[in-house]
Amino acid sequence: MKQLWLTAKLDIVESLRARWFQIYTLVFGGIVALLFLFGLTESRVLGFIGLSRLLVTYIQLTMAILPIFVLITTVRSVAGDREAGVFEYLLSLPVSLSAWFWGKIVGRYLVIFAPVFLAMVASVVIAIAMGIEVPWNMFGYYTALLAAMAACFLGIGMLISALARSTDMAQGAAFMVWLTLLLFLDLILLGVMIQGKVAPEVAVGVALANPLQVFRTAALALFDPQLIVLGPSAFVILDAFGAAGYMVFALAYPAILGVGAAFLGYQIFRRGDLP
Amino acid sequence: MIRFQNVSKTFRRARVLDGIDLEIGLGERVALIGSNGAGKTTLIRCLLGEYIHDGTVTIADREPRRHRTEVLGTIGFVPQLPPPLKMPVGQLIDFSASLCGTDAARIHDIAGRLGLDTAPILDRQFVRLSGGMKQKILIAIALGRQAKVLVMDEPAANLDPEARKIFFELLAERQNDATMLISSHRLNEVSTLVNRVIELDMGKVVLDDKVADDVSLSGLLACRVTTKRPEPALAKALTTWNFRDVADDGTAWEGEVAGPDRLRFVGMISRYVAVIDHVSLTEKAE
Repeated sequence: MKQLWLTAKLDIVESLRARWFQIYTLVFGGIVALLFLFGLTESRVLGFIGLSRLLVTYIQLTMAILPIFVLITTVRSVAGDREAGVFEYLLSLPVSLSAWFWGKIVGRYLVIFAPVFLAMVASVVIAIAMGIEVPWNMFGYYTALLAAMAACFLGIGMLISALARSTDMAQGAAFMVWLTLLLFLDLILLGVMIQGKVAPEVAVGVALANPLQVFRTAALALFDPQLIVLGPSAFVILDAFGAAGYMVFALAYPAILGVGAAFLGYQIFRRGDLP
Repeated sequence: MIRFQNVSKTFRRARVLDGIDLEIGLGERVALIGSNGAGKTTLIRCLLGEYIHDGTVTIADREPRRHRTEVLGTIGFVPQLPPPLKMPVGQLIDFSASLCGTDAARIHDIAGRLGLDTAPILDRQFVRLSGGMKQKILIAIALGRQAKVLVMDEPAANLDPEARKIFFELLAERQNDATMLISSHRLNEVSTLVNRVIELDMGKVVLDDKVADDVSLSGLLACRVTTKRPEPALAKALTTWNFRDVADDGTAWEGEVAGPDRLRFVGMISRYVAVIDHVSLTEKAE
């Protein structure tokens, strides 16, 4: 356990000094600042006003940015470290492979989750200072959704890093994964599939397997419990899970997918050449 | 102590190690030499448990891959190219000391003996240090613990003569209780440090020979150099070896050369053979 925390601490310090982390923090802090600056708390959409409107917009923007950011920075730094000889040296020290791999995941998880979470906390603090009501339920669920999203894409990123033998290959693979998930969002390929007479169950099945779509639907479910904006597919989802069941699924499935991918990555890592 | 039994390693279709059988005992100082691509780095990585391979590698009857923490706890490793670590020097030392179960003060102490005061650079990123400073830190980490095996890849390449002298002294302090494996492209870089030479070529051992062990790691040679006329380039070179201009006109120089550094010194001075009048190297009593 000591080795795991030492490795996690090491990864945190390395990340805090990296340029990607500074940009990453600036992006999410900037989003919240801009949303306040443009008076989003005073606008109204679908009956949502105040901080809930801001949080809905924030989570939608985060869903667009966080996956690709986490995927690319994870594979770049892990595969890059391996290529540069960092693994050769640090893995010559007496640290177990499990402590090293999971320590890196723990450290990186804290580093990628902290800025998005702290940006949300900052919005709550500003809202309280401005006398705006805080929707605590929504804040809690969105925090859990962000935590699940970060775990999901970090796990996938670590799996790609374990598989790829070069930074270029890892970056290419990460981009392809993200692009594939993006293509299977409801607005793009799923629409085409339904137009092309593909069975609705298949389209909904694909949507449920796509973590990006799961996050989107769960975020919508908070202010559109009947999922009216999703059209007929809402019937399948709500019949299968119910509104509350789907919200639980939206947290559990991506988290399990991320941990599963990380576990597979660990098995590949420990059975192969390390540097 | 260290045993390689029929060790082979193939990358895709390229066989980099081909049935290596070696036994290296406690206290042996081995030069691992060979040209680029001979298999030196691959052999070292197999020894460190970083590569999967055919055959078995054991250190004190334990496989490094299976018993990582126990085996690697006994190995001090200095890579040829310092890793581009962004972490501060202080954290690297603390991290290594914690993992190796040693006192960080010991590492700072050895770095100090090598002429590197760590206090002003603790917050500096390791990657931003000069080549010599990085090498000193890595040597201090490797020697700052109770390692039974020292694996060093061109360890003295970036050190100045004074630091090399201290480095040889540090090795001398460990020569009876540690096995040393020193990798180099050229034998003359390491020949005076070792008592056995193993040469690899195309992944096979092509030479395994004991060498005369007359050079003391901590020995010193008193040296005097006189020249026909003052030569600024030679004066500059001798100054880096801490020689004194005893005639005050640049024609007579005196200084000390570490025993294992004699070949390097002779190599350096041979470049100025046209202006050299006299050279003497006399072994000093220890």
